[in-house]
Amino acid sequence: MDILFDVLRTAIAPSTAAFALAAIGLNFHFGLTGLLNMGHAGFMLLGMYGFAISLQAGWPIWLALIAGLVAAGVFALLLGWPTLKLRGDYLAIVTIAAAEMVRFLGRSQSLKDLTGASSGIRGKDFKEPFELLSPFPDRIVEIGPFSLHGSRSSSWWLTVVTWSLVFLFAAIYWRLASSPWGRVLKGIREDEDAVRSLGKNVYSYKMQALVIGGMIGALGGITWSLGNSVQPDSMGRPTTFWIWTLLLLGGAATVFGPVLGSILFWSALTLVKSVASALIPSDVLAPTELEPFSLVLVGVTLMLLVVFRPQGVLGNKKELAFNG
Amino acid sequence: MADTVFTSVPREPGAVKPNAILVADGVTRRFGGLTAVDVAHFEVERNSITALIGPNGAGKSTFFNLLTGFDSAQEGEGTFEGRPLRGMSPAKVARAGMVRTFQLTKALNRMTVMENMRLGAQSQPGENLVRAFVPPLWATREREISEQAHELLHRFKLYEKREDYAGSLSGGQRKLLEMARALMSKPTMVMLDEPMAGVNPALTESLLDHIVELKEDGMTVLFVEHDMHMVRRISDWVVVMAEGKIIAEGPANTVMANRAVQDAYLGSHHDTDLFEEREEA
Repeated sequence: MDILFDVLRTAIAPSTAAFALAAIGLNFHFGLTGLLNMGHAGFMLLGMYGFAISLQAGWPIWLALIAGLVAAGVFALLLGWPTLKLRGDYLAIVTIAAAEMVRFLGRSQSLKDLTGASSGIRGKDFKEPFELLSPFPDRIVEIGPFSLHGSRSSSWWLTVVTWSLVFLFAAIYWRLASSPWGRVLKGIREDEDAVRSLGKNVYSYKMQALVIGGMIGALGGITWSLGNSVQPDSMGRPTTFWIWTLLLLGGAATVFGPVLGSILFWSALTLVKSVASALIPSDVLAPTELEPFSLVLVGVTLMLLVVFRPQGVLGNKKELAFNG
Repeated sequence: MADTVFTSVPREPGAVKPNAILVADGVTRRFGGLTAVDVAHFEVERNSITALIGPNGAGKSTFFNLLTGFDSAQEGEGTFEGRPLRGMSPAKVARAGMVRTFQLTKALNRMTVMENMRLGAQSQPGENLVRAFVPPLWATREREISEQAHELLHRFKLYEKREDYAGSLSGGQRKLLEMARALMSKPTMVMLDEPMAGVNPALTESLLDHIVELKEDGMTVLFVEHDMHMVRRISDWVVVMAEGKIIAEGPANTVMANRAVQDAYLGSHHDTDLFEEREEA
């Protein structure tokens, strides 16, 4: 039963919601527009730096939030400006490199005063304004089988805020994807030149999608940092690939695909880890090896998914699948 | 079926038309050392069907791309309905009323036939990001667009397929869909790049009828084609390109009899008997 609780706790955890948000952002890029953004973690990291640094500078929380989002929006404009006129592959190359640049810049000693270099910005240095807004009590609160702190770090407060944001942005995705605006983006995903020949400014639409998806990614990063801390190395390439994985797992170009994908991905990871640690004696598999081991198993599961259900759990095979 | 307006037009390359909708002047497009297009003067008569023919590699498709903004010429000017085309993006050309189709059909495969059609319409306010959030701002226009799409789908015999994904249509049906989608923007001029390529003979007939209908509806048609039989049947005027230049113009019959055209298509010694040649030598 403990294992089941662990899995359920992961399923509703704020980090799971944060990844669902980031995946909704990527869904605007890939699912809707067909943009290959291989540096989504860079948008997330930039969002959290913008947010945390502004808070440290004493800005009010709403302004800090805007600062984080604007940072990611400007980043998207800079990346899109030279690459969106070119073939799709170039965006992939530029985003993966630019995301690494953000991470290395954040790690660099010369920016230690702002970013805290490789040790990052500790939670207690920027989380307070958010935690003070909490209507929950400042102690451990038990609801059903779960006990979480009311306001601090991965709290009930953060859980409520992140999941509300997830459903808000899923609704926004639904509204936009089923509007004429979303139709133009889907057309671009299918064939840019055809859409050009129908009188649409393809470059402008691709830029809008890149900026919106990037800003939602930044919001995912900000909410993630509120449950953890601002740590550049936790937003490296693996993070980007996890988001891709859980988006494709849930089903790209669907409203709830990113949400379901995030829940399934992190729950599966916890399940494998818990089962392995309960069943495999520690002299066969040391506790430190559990994490990599479970990632390997998740990887295998994904390969099976690609082979047997390429459109993801919720996806429509006719609309979008791995082998499109 | 040549129109009477063409009776006074000289049968020569670069002929001036009485009421030209599209004019190009001194258009040159070079790819490195190769001059793909070198057209001195070119005019398309309003509300006519003009065919652009020529052997492979004559530069027809490149010229098409230049006219529609998909490629830009090193030199030359063009006007469409008196508006300069130079530097116009493909989207602007389309919004100005000149829409095109492609040699390799560009149906948007993973969208339904209806969505394909709706995308072709102009001035849908919901295509703006902010207004997209508020359906009342675009729902009325969306209904108009859907009605127009239904009419066109009936006409092109695709109505039964309207909820199918475009990718599930046959090659010929995709050609029809592409043409119908282009008409959603209510264009004044339609540019068809090899509309008959890869279409089975039964569907060819209906495609030809559709093209003739476009003219009856007041539109101007310029199309690239290989099949001489098709060209002869529907075109009012034929422009022949070879090696990037326009080498002949005129009604289908005159052009086919033109010596330069036959040489371009078949080689300049096509009617000399090889045996005779050897004897003379």
